[in-house]
Amino acid sequence: MKNRLPENVSEKIPFWRDIRVLRVLFQVIFLIGVVLLAGILYTNMLRGLRGLGLTLNLDFLNDEAGFGISEGIAYDPSDTYLKAFWVGVVNTVKVSIIGIACATILGLVVGIARLSSNWLVRNIAAIYIECFRNIPLLLQILFWYTTVILQLPSVRTSFTFFGSVFINQRGIYLPSPQPTSGMKIWLGCLAGGLIVAAILYLVRLRKLQQLEQPGFPAKWALPAFLLVALLGWFLTPGKPFTLELPALRGFNFGGGIHLSPEFSALLIGLVMYTGAFIAEVVRSGIQSVVRGQWEAARAIGLNEFQTLRLIVLPQAFRVIAPPLTSQYLNLTKNSSLAVAIGFPDLFNIGNTMMNQTGQSIPIFAMIMMSYLCISLTTSAYMNWYNRRINRIG
Amino acid sequence: MADLENSTDDSIIICEDVHKWFDDFHVLRGITTSFERAEKVVICGPSGSGKSTFIRTINRLETHQRGRIIVDGIELSDDLRNIERIRQEVGMVFQQFNLFPHLTVLENITLSPIWVKKTARSQAESEALALLERVGIEEHAHKLPAQISGGQQQRVAIARALAMQPRIMLFDEPTSALDPEMINEVLDVMRELAASGMTMLVVTHEMGFAREVADRIIFMDEGKIVEEAPPAVFFDNPQNERTQLFISQTLQH
Ligand SMILES: Nc1ncnc2c1ncn2[C@@H]1O[C@H](COP(=O)(O)OP(=O)(O)O)[C@@H](O)[C@H]1O
Ligand SMILES: [Mg+2]
Repeated sequence: MKNRLPENVSEKIPFWRDIRVLRVLFQVIFLIGVVLLAGILYTNMLRGLRGLGLTLNLDFLNDEAGFGISEGIAYDPSDTYLKAFWVGVVNTVKVSIIGIACATILGLVVGIARLSSNWLVRNIAAIYIECFRNIPLLLQILFWYTTVILQLPSVRTSFTFFGSVFINQRGIYLPSPQPTSGMKIWLGCLAGGLIVAAILYLVRLRKLQQLEQPGFPAKWALPAFLLVALLGWFLTPGKPFTLELPALRGFNFGGGIHLSPEFSALLIGLVMYTGAFIAEVVRSGIQSVVRGQWEAARAIGLNEFQTLRLIVLPQAFRVIAPPLTSQYLNLTKNSSLAVAIGFPDLFNIGNTMMNQTGQSIPIFAMIMMSYLCISLTTSAYMNWYNRRINRIG
Repeated sequence: MADLENSTDDSIIICEDVHKWFDDFHVLRGITTSFERAEKVVICGPSGSGKSTFIRTINRLETHQRGRIIVDGIELSDDLRNIERIRQEVGMVFQQFNLFPHLTVLENITLSPIWVKKTARSQAESEALALLERVGIEEHAHKLPAQISGGQQQRVAIARALAMQPRIMLFDEPTSALDPEMINEVLDVMRELAASGMTMLVVTHEMGFAREVADRIIFMDEGKIVEEAPPAVFFDNPQNERTQLFISQTLQH
């Protein structure tokens, strides 16, 4: 060996030049800074509160709320503030989940339509997207509320569909199923049907595995279940449940499922607005898949639908997932615009509580924590789903 | 008009006065030729002369606007059923491989037997493994395309096209995107395929391969067939001066 390394100069690196030491040092300094700042803010806030004669505690949450809430889970003005707040949380979660589901379907369909080779379809999609994502959401929600829903016919002259769906200025009324005494027998039938279906499902799954073909394992189970359900329906003495139709009682409709004008306007506004953004996300995701992928898929004989489903969408989803998650988070946060039309969501009820109790700091903290929890749950779910679907890192 | 005099009963592909425009750019300007069963034809010509466009009309990745193309008795038209049948008859290998990056090598190959031909999965898989063995990469069956070399990817792409048991194989510059040391492993697979009696249309600049394997060489320029001849005549005694120029330029390097 001729080329020898020079003697290992085991000279000690002085700590102010040692990268490893410096890295740790900077983090420690940063942490101390953050803690100091938080401390200063906190003591300052306490001093301010003391000056106003307020203390920081949550006892007020057990006091009687005393205000009414127009819709949501069971609640009475004599319930506590905590209960009132919970009504708001549930309303926010409800409008967010329904909104996210509808906006996703709308966005997927419009996003694919945007790339259609059909001129009319493509341009209608483009016009929808450009209109709805370029007008402020607040304006859109107010528009749906004041110029569409509140301008619908009066209760007495409602739009009626199939004699069971009514739309008027008080909102949308849908029939709701009400169980009767026959319900138990029918549920028994359903359970039996479920067992039969499960057996058929397994048999078919085994068969498909033997034939080794892609297929729909529920092909037999589903009709079998429906058949048993139908038989049970006719054999049960009396109907297992009746559809309770909304009916005009005095000056208003009663019975059935009622979507208030506020809920409807907020939902439509959020879905149309977010749907336009999701459509753009879907479009750019599909376009990120290079043309060669479409060509290779066609060249081996896949049809357009198979190409989209097996080749393009799985690759597009990797690009779509992160911006899609942020659209979901936007929809949830934007639902706080409910306050503009009086839908009792989390923020709206929190606002009322602040006005009544003056406890703005803890209530603000509660509102923020609630949104944070909802958002983090959504993100965590999307990350999990993304990882599950995504094989190439 | 140049007629179909040369096409015999044995012709598997017949092209008659094929024209194509991209908007108002006239790419293919009246191509009339035919290909025999088991014939190996190399198509060459300067870049932009319409070679890719021409072979892509044969499996209808591109539509032609005038003239007729008949592949194995099926006329190419807007009839969806004919397009489906053609795609099963004709396999294609691309310059950029175009493997599906989210599927393993094996899944890339079994995809169309399973979804288009409705072959049982285990049968599709054993056939795919046999194909992988034929192209010499059975040990990589469960890797993703990104985990193997370019030459191996192109061999997978050939196996994927063969999985539909096509009668005709189209190659669009299959070695142009490869590092030089990988070109031969792909050409070897193509030589073996040629020996097995496959009908092959190959766009390539590999003149050694053309001389050795081709039954006929077609020279295209500006959307037309300028000259077609067996390799011996084509290389040693070209008639057209554009062909002469092209050959002298290509053989220099
Ligand atoms: N999709 C397309 N749209 C418009 N022009 C195209 C398209 N594809 C190819 N061309 C043009 O057609 C001509 C022929 O292209 P191509 O068939 O790829 O030539 P080659 O394969 O011989 O290099 C080129 O000038 C190219 O720019
Ligand atoms: Mg080309």
